[in-house]
Parts: sequence; C-alpha cells; structure tokens
Amino acid sequence: MALEARNVFFRYHKEQPWILEDCTLKVERGERLALFAPSGCGKTSLALLLAGYRRPEKGQILLEERPLPTKGVCPVQMIFQHPEKAINPRWRLKRVLEESGTLREDVLDAFGIEQAWLERFPRELSGGELQRFCVARALLCGADYLICDEISTMLDVITQAQIWSVVLKEAEKRNMGIIAITHNERLAERIATRVVDLTKR
Amino acid sequence: MKKQNRRTMAVLLTVIMAGILLSVYALGIFIPDEAAAGSFLNAGKSPSWEHPFGTDALGRDLLMRTLKGLSISMTIGFFASAISAVIAALVGIAAAATSRGVDAFVNWLIDLVMGVPHTVLVILISFAMGRGFWGLLIGIAATHWCSLARLIRGEVLQLRSQQYVAISGKLGKSGGWILFHHLLPHLVPQFIVGLILMFPHAILHEASISFLGFGLAPEQPAIGIILAESMRYLSAGMWWSAVLPGVVLVLIVFLTDQLGEQLRMILDPYSAQE
Amino acid sequence: MEQKKEALLEIHDLSVSFRMYEEQGLRQSNLQVISDLHLTVYPGEIVAVAGSSGSGKSLLASAILGILPDNAAVGGHMHYKGQELTAAWQKRLRGTEIALVPQSVAFLDPLMRVGAQADGHRRPRPVRKRKSLFHRLGLPEETEQLYPFQLSGGMARRVLVSTALLADAQLVIADEPTPGMSLPQALEALRLFREMADEGKAVLLITHDIDLAVEFADRVAVFYAGTTVETALAGDFKKGPDSLRHPYSRALWRALPQNGFSPIPGFQPYAQNLPAGCLFAPRCPHKTAQCTTQAPPVRKVRGGEVRCYGA
Repeated sequence: MALEARNVFFRYHKEQPWILEDCTLKVERGERLALFAPSGCGKTSLALLLAGYRRPEKGQILLEERPLPTKGVCPVQMIFQHPEKAINPRWRLKRVLEESGTLREDVLDAFGIEQAWLERFPRELSGGELQRFCVARALLCGADYLICDEISTMLDVITQAQIWSVVLKEAEKRNMGIIAITHNERLAERIATRVVDLTKR
Repeated sequence: MKKQNRRTMAVLLTVIMAGILLSVYALGIFIPDEAAAGSFLNAGKSPSWEHPFGTDALGRDLLMRTLKGLSISMTIGFFASAISAVIAALVGIAAAATSRGVDAFVNWLIDLVMGVPHTVLVILISFAMGRGFWGLLIGIAATHWCSLARLIRGEVLQLRSQQYVAISGKLGKSGGWILFHHLLPHLVPQFIVGLILMFPHAILHEASISFLGFGLAPEQPAIGIILAESMRYLSAGMWWSAVLPGVVLVLIVFLTDQLGEQLRMILDPYSAQE
Repeated sequence: MEQKKEALLEIHDLSVSFRMYEEQGLRQSNLQVISDLHLTVYPGEIVAVAGSSGSGKSLLASAILGILPDNAAVGGHMHYKGQELTAAWQKRLRGTEIALVPQSVAFLDPLMRVGAQADGHRRPRPVRKRKSLFHRLGLPEETEQLYPFQLSGGMARRVLVSTALLADAQLVIADEPTPGMSLPQALEALRLFREMADEGKAVLLITHDIDLAVEFADRVAVFYAGTTVETALAGDFKKGPDSLRHPYSRALWRALPQNGFSPIPGFQPYAQNLPAGCLFAPRCPHKTAQCTTQAPPVRKVRGGEVRCYGA
C-alpha cells in the first residue's frame, strides 16, 4: 500500500536540462512525509507528477504497484499553495464542495467551515478560509493520498495551525498517506513522521 | 438629480440605446408600404415638415424609405452577426479544446479568411449564393466570425490552464462537464459583447455591398440602395437624398457600437468595479 | 533606544475603504478594510508587520506608496520625514526613496532579462553591486540572463529583494519577501535588510514568518482585521507570551509550530460586518462587557503600544 515515484525524469521542454533526474520516492499509507528542499529544485514538479497532473518523461509513478488512473476520481489529490487560483472565481463555495461529491453538512464542522460561507463567492473570503475549502474538497472525494504543496506558506500562523490540525486529524482517521512540501523546518518536524531532504540525494 | 454611479449609468444607457434601436426597427416593420410609395407630384422635394427627409426623384418619402431600409439592414445585420458569433464560438472552442491538428487548421482558416479583404469576400459569396437577402446574409455571416473566434480560442486556452480546471479533472469530471460548468459561463460575456460589436460591422457591410449592387435587389428600400440611387441625383442638387439617410445609418452604427461598449463595462470583471 | 529622533514614516488613524458593487447589483457599498491604524518607523530600524492573512498588511504597503486602485478611499494622516505625504510626493518617492519588494512574480516585466531589470534606470548600471547581491542571495551567475518565467517562486523573490536593495532607498517595504526561499536564503535576505537598517535606513517587513522576523527586527506590529492591535519590541516575542500585551499576539506565538502549534478557534471578522467594540472580542478568552461595546484606544504598556482593556 504505497504511492511511489520510481526513477522519474522530468522536464517541461526537450531542450531544457532535467528538473527531476532519476528521482525515487515512496510514501506508505498512514505515513506523513515532509519534503524539504531549496527553491528551484523541482519540488512542485514532483508534486504535480505524483498527483498525476503531469507525466514523467522517463520512469513511473505507481500507486499500489499500478500506474495512476487517468480517468475518474484520482485517489491522489493535491492541494496547492494559492487557494484563490484553485477555485473557480465565479462559483459560490457550496458548488466548490459539491464538485467533489455530495456535500455533507455534518462534516463541515470538522473542516472548520462556517455554514454562512457556502453562499459566498470566493473573493469574499480570505486565503485561509478558501484553503479550508480546498482541503475539504480533496478529502470529500475520498482520496487515499494527499500532496500538500506549501499549503500554509501564504497564511498566518494561527490559520496554518488550524488547517494542519484538520488535515492531520482526517489523515489519521482515514489512514491516509501525506506528502507535504514546505520550507519551514519547524513545521516539517511538527507534522511529519519522516522528513526527506531532496538536496542530499 | 442625484449623481448615479457608473454601473447604474451604464445600465440606463444600455436600456435607452436598446430602446432607440428597437423602435427604429419596429417603425420600419410597421410602416405600411403605401407610406413609402411614390407620387410624381412630390418628386424631388427638399426637407420640409411634411417630408422631414425630403423626397426622392420618384416622389417617395425618404424618411419612410430610410426607416424601412434600416429595419431590413438591421434584420440582416442581426441574423448575420448571430450566425457569425455562433460559428465563432464553435470554432474557437473546437480549436482550443480539441486536438492540435484542429487548432492548426482553424488558425490557418482564420488567416485565410482575414487575409482576403472583407468586402471582396462578401461580394464573392453573396454573388455565388444568388445575391438578394439570403446571399447577403450568408456572405456576411461567413466572413465576420474570425476575430471573435480568435478571442474565444485565447480565452478557452487561458481557462484550460487554470488550476481549478485541472483539479476538476482529477476530481473525476469529464471534459464535457468541465466545458459546460467551468468554461462556458466565463465565455458568455465575451460572446454577448462580441455579438453586439459585430452588429454595426454587419450593417455597414450590408449597406456597402447593396450600394455596389451586389446585395439586395433594387426594389427593396435598403439603405445601400437608397444611397446608390441618390448618387444619380446629387449633381441635380438633391443633397438630402444622400446626406440624411447616410447620417441616420452612421447614427445607428454608432449606437450599437456604444451599446456593446456599455455592456462590456457591465459584464467584464476587470472593469466592473470602476 | 533612539526613539527620540524624528520618525521616517508616521501613520495616524489610517483608514482605507473600497467602494464595491454588490454582487450582481447596482448598489455600491463601502468596504472598510483598514481602520484606525497607527504605525511609526524610525530610521535605523526594521519594523516587522505580522498578523492574520487578509488583515490589510499588503494594502498598507499600497497605501504608503499611493498605488491603491481607483475605487479605494484613504483617510487619516501619513507623514514622511515630518511632512504630509501627498499623492504627488508619493509618486516622486516611490522607486527612489521608498522601494517595494512586491509579493508576486507578476510584478516583474516578463519581456526583460532579470539582470537588466534589477539595474533599473540607473546609469552607470550598478553591475558590481547587483552581482554581489545575487551572489549573497545564492542566485547563480546565469540568473541575470533569465526571463521571469524561467524563475521559480523563491528565485523570483530573491530577484525582487535585490531589485529593491539596488534602489538604494531610505525605506524599503518588503511584502512577504521570504516564502519559497530556503532557510539560509531567507536568513541572508533578512541579514541584508538588517545591514541596510544599520546604515540608517529603514525597513517595513510584512511577513508571516514571525519566528525569523523577530531575529532581525527591532519592533513588531501585530495586525488584526485591518488595524494594529499591538506594537511590541522584537525581544518580547522571543521571551514568550507573558511579555506580549495583546491576547491575539499571544495566540500567534502559541500557534507557531515550535511553540505548541495550537490554534485558537474562530475567524477574523469580515470587513462588511466588523464587531462594534474590540475587533478581537468575538475570539477573545478574556473579553468583558466593555470590550464588546467600545473599541479600546491605543495605550502604552511596558514600552509597547496595545489596544486592549485587559493589558
């Protein structure tokens, strides 16, 4: 039961140097991995590969020893750094949640989402509040693995702690695997069961 | 009067301009043919209270003729730009949302159509389709979709690269679902504004092609025909027969253009808060 | 401290509001996003601005520079070097005396190589200084030949920091300069700001990385819902929650990953419906009847400023 990147090579254009070169990474279910690396060394690219948004040029992304499904709900969901880009600005937030399955009102509390927010438009909410919707959307669709790409970098520390407490609680409950990309060592130590430094490979 | 905010002003202007355009159109439809019938007693009269636009060499009242002509032009203009806008939307979306081959073909087609001067192309198509109402309609509809198609293609490409569209795919939504729920609602304002801004072009082209004699038949009181006829009598001093219908045509074109601009201000998210 | 000397930037009772159209309607309403904000920056210091996301920190930067959108209305007073900061003066100051490190890569010219962009209009071009700044921030030599789209988020932020430092301004307003940078890079960027301040200039450092900021800043202004709830010495943050004066500042401290990672419940109020009294009252564990009816004034407590009856 694992999500893994096996010897993947990746670049955006054929003429350019590799962004990821022979990269191997594995996360088991129930494990929380913090990816730690300086900027510009392909963390976001790796996240996009693992969540199936991009395909590696060489190598494989394997979910339980099989390639990632390309159709249907993907069991690997990714949460992005800027929630305002990850939500359709013309949709009421209720619709955002409905996109990932039936909206269950009983779970809203668990994600720290207020009933009144559902009828609002994205620009009427702050980044921290929108990020809760992104987390809820990723979890409501029944994902087994969650890739978090700097999800709290643009948020204040209180909101950061609020968001992570939701993610960690749900991950625990559903025995999910988590890959969290962060620059914050302290945060990494706090949330992860294992820290991987991409530079030392 | 209390100073209104800009969005209220824009809505008011839109309603007023749409009202003027609609009433011009309705007048043209409801004026009986007899009102524009000729009478040699009145031939070549200059503007007066009885005939505000004067009469032509056959004694027909030019105001009535102009109104009737405008409503014909507006009918052609409306249907031609509506068809053209639908073509633009279909072509633009197909180019951006299907395969690279389709995109390349559409771009080539747009370059081709835009490469030939509009007037020449409308004349050719209108002529090949047997002229008259239908020839002109098809000619104009087939030539005016290019720039809007380009705009929509760009918009769809830009939307498709949005994170929320990619996420939707990973949440198991199909391409069609994404098209209907994420892409199309964003395109509606572009489409409506594009359609209305196409309208004045279509009217002007209709008038110029009819003027040149490749469009509507001479017995129809289209603006282009009125202007073409007036040319023969200009040297006889009948200035009103060309100037007044011409000015009204320009006014109508200007009004529709402004209508489009005001609508854009209301619908466009970037200028919505101005 | 040398707080007696003339302030470089002084902000009193600043308010910023936006005239917005209501969703799908014709009525306009005013959205008060900054209210009663006080902030003073002295030469030679770094003032960190911390606080909740969406509390108006970036808008403060725009207000100082005079680059708010047209539908914004500004009230209150801003003084630069003792003189009222007018729109015309702001225009002359920005980019020369007051420089901005913007939050997003979108502020770079997409069609210009970043080296030339960092040099700006200065002639002769400050090539040596730029190269040394790039080097110190860990940007490889080739970076100057790249276009903005070829930069990662962290690289772009380092270019933006270099650009602002090259402007040789009296006041640098850095809006979230460190996200995307590795720890050593972020530390180096902050060290550069510290050196600048030590030369007698000043830095307004807007950041969420409070733990990093307090290592370099002199004072910390804590923002909540569009106003300053506390201005503390940086040392107070290092000492811990007991030295802090406002319950929100203490909550910030406790939410840091190294200090318990425990968030207080609740959310920042919306600009449309701010509470009548203290803006923090709905979430405050120590609120009294007075807190919910009357906004507390700014008071000086233990060498800092705070808006709280309980401090």
